[in-house]
Amino acid sequence: MHPPEMKDETADLAIRQFPFAPVLIVPLSQHLGNPAKPVVREGQEVIRGQTIAEPDGFMSVAMHAPASGLVRRITLAPSITGTKVESVYIEPYPASTQEIDDGEPCGLDATPDEIITAIQHAGIVGLGGAAFPTHVKLKPPEGKRLDTLFINGVECEPYLTTDYRVMLEQTEDVFMGIRYLLRASGTSEVIIAVEANKEDAAERFRSMCPDDLPVTVKVSPVKYPQGAEKMIFSALLGREVPSGGLPADINAICCNVATTAEIGRLLPRGRGIQERVITIGGPGVEKKGNYRIPIGTPVRFALEQCSPAEDLSRVFMGGPMMGPTVSNLDIPITKGTSGITAFTTAETGGATGHKKVYPCIHCARCVEACPVFLNPSQLGILAKNEEYEQMAESWHLMDCFECGACAYVCPSHIPLVQYFRMAKKMVRKLSAA
Amino acid sequence: MARLSRYLEIGSSPHVTDGTSTDVIMLNVFLALLPVTAFAIYAFGTGAALVIVVATASCVLTEHWLCRWTGKPSTIGDWSVAITGLLYGLILPPDLPLWMVFVGGVFGVAVAKFLFGGLGMNAFNAALVARAFLQAAFPQPMTHWQMPFAEGRFEHIPTSVLATPFWEPTYDAVTTATPLALMKFEGQFAGGRELMAGLTSGSVGETCGVLILLGGIYLVARKMMNWRIPASIFLTVAAMTWAFQLYDPVTYPGPVFMLFSGGLMLGAVFMATDMVASPITNAGCWLYGMLIGVLVVVIRFWGGMPEGVMYAILLANAVSPHIDRLIQPRVFGTGRGTE
Repeated sequence: MHPPEMKDETADLAIRQFPFAPVLIVPLSQHLGNPAKPVVREGQEVIRGQTIAEPDGFMSVAMHAPASGLVRRITLAPSITGTKVESVYIEPYPASTQEIDDGEPCGLDATPDEIITAIQHAGIVGLGGAAFPTHVKLKPPEGKRLDTLFINGVECEPYLTTDYRVMLEQTEDVFMGIRYLLRASGTSEVIIAVEANKEDAAERFRSMCPDDLPVTVKVSPVKYPQGAEKMIFSALLGREVPSGGLPADINAICCNVATTAEIGRLLPRGRGIQERVITIGGPGVEKKGNYRIPIGTPVRFALEQCSPAEDLSRVFMGGPMMGPTVSNLDIPITKGTSGITAFTTAETGGATGHKKVYPCIHCARCVEACPVFLNPSQLGILAKNEEYEQMAESWHLMDCFECGACAYVCPSHIPLVQYFRMAKKMVRKLSAA
Repeated sequence: MARLSRYLEIGSSPHVTDGTSTDVIMLNVFLALLPVTAFAIYAFGTGAALVIVVATASCVLTEHWLCRWTGKPSTIGDWSVAITGLLYGLILPPDLPLWMVFVGGVFGVAVAKFLFGGLGMNAFNAALVARAFLQAAFPQPMTHWQMPFAEGRFEHIPTSVLATPFWEPTYDAVTTATPLALMKFEGQFAGGRELMAGLTSGSVGETCGVLILLGGIYLVARKMMNWRIPASIFLTVAAMTWAFQLYDPVTYPGPVFMLFSGGLMLGAVFMATDMVASPITNAGCWLYGMLIGVLVVVIRFWGGMPEGVMYAILLANAVSPHIDRLIQPRVFGTGRGTE
């Protein structure tokens, strides 16, 4: 499956620093797992880079102040999931030089456990979009051994060019990050995966790779959704993660290239994530680009800085295949936000643009497109009849990772992946009850 | 700095699609049939033209009326019933009385499509059901074959075509036997070149194998047809025929004859590939095609009728859901490649 890549407009634009918004909203839950526990109070002054929330248990990471300023409030704020989450509102000091407060550095001579703790306290999560706490992956379940570390530079979502820019501009940071990850995970081999349309990034890795690193650069075919870790493992390692299993089951771990670069950039200076690189693009904004943006920047501020189009119609985080729609412009950029893409009425068709839904004609396009070989046609019929349990028991619903390929190719415009998202939630609810 | 004040719309991803649409696919299938239709009218004249028009109209109008009658929006705009109607016209004898054509079309769409739940739900190919109905109801007119390229075929309308409903039709056109009937009852095999070019008699649109193949190639190139179904049918029929011919070349014809005679080409390319009534997996499609191929050969060689494509496809349609139950894609992370 090959959706148009749409990366040309931002691919050649270097990463630029984004200005500070008047208010930054830092949610305490930007990752999978427990929300962090705030260690600042309302009215307190914070310095940029200072820890403002500590991890709550192992499945949790720290949060850092994205700017020097004042903690205005700690209260519920809207989030991309549609629910409100506890967040720290920080008002940056306009006159501040915004120097970053460095913490205790973590050197490469640290023990694996010390590195894992440092990664957790640097607030590092998967920056590719899933926002899974990175340090958790580095500690495989009892009895599992990791041998191969994948660095994922396959950015297969249309419009997004953040990983591409990071690969070109932060190549040294990536190698430094690999050193930390190798030591922490005990892996002995590194494969950097890059898509064939980013040959220059692959070449840069090859030419700049230090001799002592066990790195192979592998180029994967341009294909959606090649960037999903399961797809990378099977394409480049020939191993399939078992249904319902973890990458550790095939002795591999996968780390996004931007996450790796941040580990390499932050740990030597004892810093935490207080900003990240995102692509702001799509036909709905004029000043497209790749920006290093403070965590907590509201989407409204980000768009307003980039000259939004008059007939803006839909805004979503990340790319158009999997990106969740922004339902409220006061939602902040979080660690898992890889981009903001804006569409105008020309792309969405406006209020009358909804495509007519036809019955399923069994054309099998979805079956061809599904990367995990499900039968979306059958699942769609069951979902329509609300037979969620049968979908899970007989048709492997829970193996769907919601890449959206089925809905993209469906000529009858059946909202397949949308049905499956809902069905998965229903199944989880039913099995919890 | 621009101020954002507009209302934004909310929708679940993906926010883009590849632009295909069911009605566009159906329209393309319809277009792919037009060269075959033009050749049919050229070969058989005004009778064939009338049969095709009435067949298409009866199917389209039936669907339209039924939708209206049941208080639903008409679904003729998705072009699927137009394909059914045109295909139905193409598999009828060229001098069939028009009232029979009409009755068959109403029956096919009402029973095989509408009663099953409309587009996407029809277990059987509606055009074939309509023809099977006529075959049972009017066996004689359904096996009456006009000579192709007859003199004056554009000047006058065959009397049988305009026959009064429920009266025995009278025939004035020159008739002949189809190549399959000659094979079955006379032991004569028509030549391959003659069959491919459509110089023999038969149903309106089944005679010119080359044009049918071109239509199929167009649809395959536009990814609107699963080529595995016709390929599987062709390979199965050719392999079986070749084996029998090797065994007894006097009784059994060769693969070229079998592939290009009767309704095999039209059936394999345009009717067995009906997406709704065929299996969804590629492996299933191979099996489904093999089943059709075997049935065609068995009915043609040892059945009571000279032609078996229609029943072969209808029987395979019935088996198709079971093939889907038997053959499903191997889900990622199960079986092969998993440790």
